[in-house]
Amino acid sequence: MTTAPRPAGTPSRRRGFWPGRAGHLFVAAYVVLLIAFGVIPTGYAVYFAFTDAGDTFAGFSNFAEAATDFRYYGAVGHVALYLVCWLVSLVVFVVGLALLLHRLTWSGAGKAVRFLYYIPGALAGAASVLVWLFMLDPSVSPVSALLRVAGFGTFGQVVAPGHLPVLFTIIAFWTGAGGWIVVVYGALNNISPELLEAARIDGAGAWQTAWRIQIPLLRKWIVYMVILAFAGGTQLFVEPQLLSQASVGVAGRDYSLNQLSYDFAFQNDNVNTAAAISVELLVVGLVVAGVFVARSGFFDAD
Amino acid sequence: MPIDARRARRLPNPLPALVLGLFLVFFVLPVGWLVLAATKTDDQLVHGDPLSFGSWHALAGNWTALTSFQDNAIFRWLGNSALYSFVALAITLCVAIPAGYALAMTEFRGRRTLLVATLVVMLMPNATLVVPLFLEVNAVRLIGSMWSVVLPYSFYPFGVYLTYIYFGTAVPRDLIAAAQLDGCSSFGVFRHVALPLATPIVALVGFFSFVANWTNYFLPYVLLPESDQFPVQVGLGTLLNSVPQFNPTAGTAAVHRPELALATLLAITPVLVVFLFSQRFLVAGMLAGATKE
Repeated sequence: MTTAPRPAGTPSRRRGFWPGRAGHLFVAAYVVLLIAFGVIPTGYAVYFAFTDAGDTFAGFSNFAEAATDFRYYGAVGHVALYLVCWLVSLVVFVVGLALLLHRLTWSGAGKAVRFLYYIPGALAGAASVLVWLFMLDPSVSPVSALLRVAGFGTFGQVVAPGHLPVLFTIIAFWTGAGGWIVVVYGALNNISPELLEAARIDGAGAWQTAWRIQIPLLRKWIVYMVILAFAGGTQLFVEPQLLSQASVGVAGRDYSLNQLSYDFAFQNDNVNTAAAISVELLVVGLVVAGVFVARSGFFDAD
Repeated sequence: MPIDARRARRLPNPLPALVLGLFLVFFVLPVGWLVLAATKTDDQLVHGDPLSFGSWHALAGNWTALTSFQDNAIFRWLGNSALYSFVALAITLCVAIPAGYALAMTEFRGRRTLLVATLVVMLMPNATLVVPLFLEVNAVRLIGSMWSVVLPYSFYPFGVYLTYIYFGTAVPRDLIAAAQLDGCSSFGVFRHVALPLATPIVALVGFFSFVANWTNYFLPYVLLPESDQFPVQVGLGTLLNSVPQFNPTAGTAAVHRPELALATLLAITPVLVVFLFSQRFLVAGMLAGATKE
């Protein structure tokens, strides 16, 4: 698509260079995908959540059916507990490790460590769960001595239901933290050295510098990390699903809300209730994201 | 560890290096152990020293056993993963880069709406849409086709957002304006000016989307019913089901734990290789994005 060149000297607009069709052409394919895989599934979810099997309006009865299912509150509690463990450990350790990395004076080591920390990021999905099945099974684990000291002699004892939020946190942290450490480290590098030097001259130690200067300047990135980690955390599926296979049901096939939704759709043939759970998760995810975004001004760029 | 010792000497306080080293063990040990486990027999795995190397012989045996499982299923699954991930990656780049560029650099009706929609969709937990996606894909009779996973993979709003940030901060507007004044068409400017400057962001978006596609489990688990079509992630679940120690009803087609470790290793290798080769570009892309403050 060509547009007639504007005569030289015409003041260009504040933002746009090509009013009209060029912009539309550039975004057309993306808009098609956005509609097909963003808007329509969301619309489907809402439609099914508020109708019954006969396609008539059902009010909130699907939500009520989900909420009265005997597995529902268990699943809500599991996901909530997991989210607390996961978000707290992510914020504390990612920020802490990035700050420590930033203090390393030998940049070669910092580079190597960041790379090695990132490696598990390649192992998300089923692979990470399998790796940790091995790590947590005292009969084959390289840290079986540690597990035994902690009082776990068998795989069944390790994956007892009460331990699952912590175990899932370990798996998620192991795969997810490295990428965030790289991002937060990059943000730390953008803090002007003069600022840190000034703080040092004013007598601030490492703790004070981190607490009073670096962490406040990282706030946007921490918020962003929490939003995405929260959204990711509510999706818990592959970990409990595979663990329930491997532990012969200790973890249960109805541990997380997504598993429950899957079960309603494909085992009970009840897509309406499944859709109601999807809608709930979407609303919770968006509300939480909205609150964080509004309070941090992360997307104020435009 | 000699690296740690050297680091400690340079620092006034050894604590940072110590903590970083401990976490290094946490991040690296499981992968290293996976490599060792793949070289053992199941008996060596249980009774031998966990941190020792097994034998080439045992590794070869595991290889044979793994590849004969369901007649080379592991290679079929790896091939499927590669096919889905790369086709989706190609579509993602063709779609996301121009879209992010247009959002950052041009003015058009609906631009602001599209930007907000992108942010909202980016923050939506996508896996919760898997069941509605199944209904949609079923309605257009695509269940079981590779497009049922490739097309949703191709939709990558985070990539559009990254590109938007990149062009908004790292590419000088004057450069684009100059090319435009020289009489370049809008497509010409994109092709000859913007795209050559976009290497870091193309690498970053490409890498993130590749990893996301390669490691996705839930979507193909729901949308691809046939074992022949599984990507390797779902295939690993099948293998896990055939390990007697994890599933007493596994039956005759048993898979031993070292073979499962070997399969897991094969499943992660492509991502590590891609990461290794694109690392240089990734840092540039991340830093470009990180300057937005």
